[in-house]
Amino acid sequence: MDFLNTHLLTSILFFPVLAALVILFFPKDQVKLIRWFTLGATLVPFVLSLLLWAGFNPAAQGYQFVEQYPWYDAIHSSLHLGVDGLSLTMVMLTTLLTPLAVLASFGITDRVKAYMMLFLFLETGMLGVFLAVDLLIFFLFWEVGLVPMYFLINQWGSANRNYASLKFMIYTMAGSLGLLLAIQMLGVMFQTYDLAVLTQKWNEFNPATFLGLPITTVKAIAFWAFVIAFAIKVPVWPFHTWLPDAHTEAPTAGSMLLAGVLLKLGAYGFLRLVLPFYPAEAQRFAGWLAFLAVMAIIFGALGSYAQDDFKRLVAYSSVNHMGFVLLGVAAAAKVAGTVDATIALNGAVLQMFNHGLSAAGMFFLVGVIYERAHTRDLNKLGGLFPVVPVYGSILVFTSMASLGLPTLNGFVSEFLVVRGAWAAMPVYTALAMFGLLMTGAYILKGIKKVLHGPINEHWAHGEHKLTDISTREVLVIAPLMALMLILGIWPAWLLDVINKAMSMLF
Amino acid sequence: MQFPLLSVIVFTPLVAALLILLMKPERKTEVRVAALAAASFALLLSIWAFISYDQTAAGYQFVEKYDWLPLLGISYHVGVDGMSTPLVLLTGVVMFTGVLISWGVDDRPREFFAFLFLLAGGVFGVFVSLDLFMLFFFYEIAVFPMYLLIAIWGWKVTREYAAMKLTIYLFLGSVFALVGALAMYWVNYQNTGILTFDMLQLEKAGFSSQFQYLWFMPVFMGFAILGGIFPFHNWSPDGHVAAPTAVSMFHAGVLMKLGGFAALRVGVMLLPEGAKQWAWLIFGLAMVNVVYGAFIAMIQTDLKYVIGFSSVSHMGLVMLGISTLTPEGLTGAGLQMFSHGVMTALFFASVGMIYDRAHTRMIPELGGMVKALPWVAIAFTIGGLVGMGMPGFSGFVAEFPIFMGVWKTQWLAAVIASISIVVTAAYILIAVRRVFFGEMPAQFEGHMTPISPLDKIALVTLVLLMTGLGMFPNLMAPMISLGVQNILRLLGGA
Repeated sequence: MDFLNTHLLTSILFFPVLAALVILFFPKDQVKLIRWFTLGATLVPFVLSLLLWAGFNPAAQGYQFVEQYPWYDAIHSSLHLGVDGLSLTMVMLTTLLTPLAVLASFGITDRVKAYMMLFLFLETGMLGVFLAVDLLIFFLFWEVGLVPMYFLINQWGSANRNYASLKFMIYTMAGSLGLLLAIQMLGVMFQTYDLAVLTQKWNEFNPATFLGLPITTVKAIAFWAFVIAFAIKVPVWPFHTWLPDAHTEAPTAGSMLLAGVLLKLGAYGFLRLVLPFYPAEAQRFAGWLAFLAVMAIIFGALGSYAQDDFKRLVAYSSVNHMGFVLLGVAAAAKVAGTVDATIALNGAVLQMFNHGLSAAGMFFLVGVIYERAHTRDLNKLGGLFPVVPVYGSILVFTSMASLGLPTLNGFVSEFLVVRGAWAAMPVYTALAMFGLLMTGAYILKGIKKVLHGPINEHWAHGEHKLTDISTREVLVIAPLMALMLILGIWPAWLLDVINKAMSMLF
Repeated sequence: MQFPLLSVIVFTPLVAALLILLMKPERKTEVRVAALAAASFALLLSIWAFISYDQTAAGYQFVEKYDWLPLLGISYHVGVDGMSTPLVLLTGVVMFTGVLISWGVDDRPREFFAFLFLLAGGVFGVFVSLDLFMLFFFYEIAVFPMYLLIAIWGWKVTREYAAMKLTIYLFLGSVFALVGALAMYWVNYQNTGILTFDMLQLEKAGFSSQFQYLWFMPVFMGFAILGGIFPFHNWSPDGHVAAPTAVSMFHAGVLMKLGGFAALRVGVMLLPEGAKQWAWLIFGLAMVNVVYGAFIAMIQTDLKYVIGFSSVSHMGLVMLGISTLTPEGLTGAGLQMFSHGVMTALFFASVGMIYDRAHTRMIPELGGMVKALPWVAIAFTIGGLVGMGMPGFSGFVAEFPIFMGVWKTQWLAAVIASISIVVTAAYILIAVRRVFFGEMPAQFEGHMTPISPLDKIALVTLVLLMTGLGMFPNLMAPMISLGVQNILRLLGGA
């Protein structure tokens, strides 16, 4: 136990990779064994992160459970891990969603071994971003997580997967170029990649000119280099076009993690790097960020409403919901240091967590119906409530959480964002409210087109008769629904951790 | 007396080549076993050299020095520093894996392995030489068998053309370098009255700035041609394509490093003032290599040409790192030489395995190889990730410091060079997908025999090296940094 106490973060981070290496030696045809082993292996980081949660002291300053090992001395980068309230929340989300995604993948029959190994690699990639407190290690995990996702989409996706996976990969890599260059510049200037040191030195760095340019210009360029890399991942309008393609083609569990966790990496980048590194620039460009956020909210909603493909509808809803995260960030940047800023940031982080729950849930439910009907065309579905009543109820519940119905989780976070942003940027907040109205519209459209209407004879009888959601599938969605309800009624347990982290960070 | 480790490493392949030639040509299996034994021995010794290199003492180690032709100041003088030790290891690895995957060579294997070992001995020799004359001696020993290996065992369509082109390019380059070396030898004699080719002496010769400005470019470029520097890179993809698999592995894996290494050792280290004077030009040429090479690789349809031009692009990064003359850039260049060597060896080994079965390398004609050759598919994919500089693999730990060096030198160039990262990612992903995934064309049905256990050992060795270095850069980077410190000292603490 002593080892675990001192190496808790490395255990959480690298356990999935170790498990993947063990799976490598399993025979290919032992599908059942591989599935259950993977499920067990993903539950271990979850249990460990519960320990982390229990041992975490929300009131303490700085990073906790810090571990540091030499990694690349020649360029002064070390494997430096730590958690604060922000990363802890995200780690919990990741370790919770991964076993659920694995459980949701039990239906996969094609090359199960490779599939499960990629999932485990993906988990380590995602966790690494949240745990890193060294900028180079952050970037390492940021990029390396792309690889398993690329192959999950490319190998287990649907018809247009080649296009979608390449677009996903190239879009993200190209977007990260500016980030990579900025990281190199910082490393050359300060000879360290330690986040805390780097933040301080970079903020104190204020010569009149640098690299032959005025320092304000350099900082503004570096700011946008960071912002674009993260904005693509969030994704923010107009960088969102890879997302619907990637989601539509990805296998169900891939979509769950893509929407549930991978998008959060971008938002996390805003909070962990952009705001601390560029407080002045963030304030200066807060209006632009808010503009992008509001465009994401409105166009995400309109785009979603216009879809006939159920999965695309949910994919665009991610653009809409993640827009609120960025709106919170923009508002907090504008009025940094005030109570409003803290409220907005609380909302943003909680919204990240909530969207992780609801988006993963929604994509899973799309997958459930697709697996049975082999179509996601909303015009071919409809009238399914009497055919699959349990599924219908679950879908309505999850949709309502996504819509932001009070007593469910989405409401709390969106309310906080709007409350925090109201004073700082009233016009954008008002426009965002219009987007929220549209959220209601597209979600109701989705429910209506799938569940309501006269009973659908095609799916009710004969060879196309749909079966209701299975016990395994209920087990996937039940923890998510429970959390949605708990967070809707009593968000304080999580919000307390987030709030303390936000007030200490900013 | 200390065990003459480096001499044993250098002469193992040379002696083995002679012994193999003495065997009966029809006893092919014995020839192969003998070759494998010699290669394993050389690999073990090079691993030993890598592990036992004393990082606290730094400097040149395992030094041996014997007079060879004292009248002309030529000595047999060998030793390795932090820069060359990893390259000795690389040569050992490529030699070992090259023999493993050449098991199936059925056309005169005796001569094939003999020439291959002659080449390997020459390469080892260049990396350990501390005497300029010996360096040229081994350099030519390394280049000459290439001609025969390509012309005799190469791809029938272009082998004569490619072998001739390669040889002419390389000899022309070495003539320029040799003239430069003789100039150094002579001027040093005039200055000090000592006739010597000893590079440690020549380092201290104190050549005048004018002399260095004049001779740096011929010497550096003469060697850099072998490193594939623009605009003299053209021989390299043709040579890769025409060469048989193991020779391609050697060619891209270590021979191109020979160019980069010798350009550094003779050009930069002996003529540091010249290097500072002309760094901008090398920098510019290397930039063209990096960006242009990536774009050209993207439009190729022959898988071997894709890799050939990717080598041009990646070796450009080595030259770029060298030309920054910064600690980061040089360290990155050293790592990139090792990483790229392992990576291209893997690439060419994989392509060879596919070509042996499919008898085509045209990307549009291939597809679905993952089902028949899963090991090759996974290994090639990992090589691809290294090539695109994916963090966690050796390409990243090499390219990142190079870019840091470029930042220090000319920040705008870092921005431009970064374009190549995306282009590289695109062409590698597309090639991997087209060759290994999708549907396998019907005509390959039944021809896709599984690869042999020896092939698997070769692939696994190379993959482990790339992932190991990518995850634990401290295994090699500190050693290279030691070599870099010595170079920086010669450059006047720049």
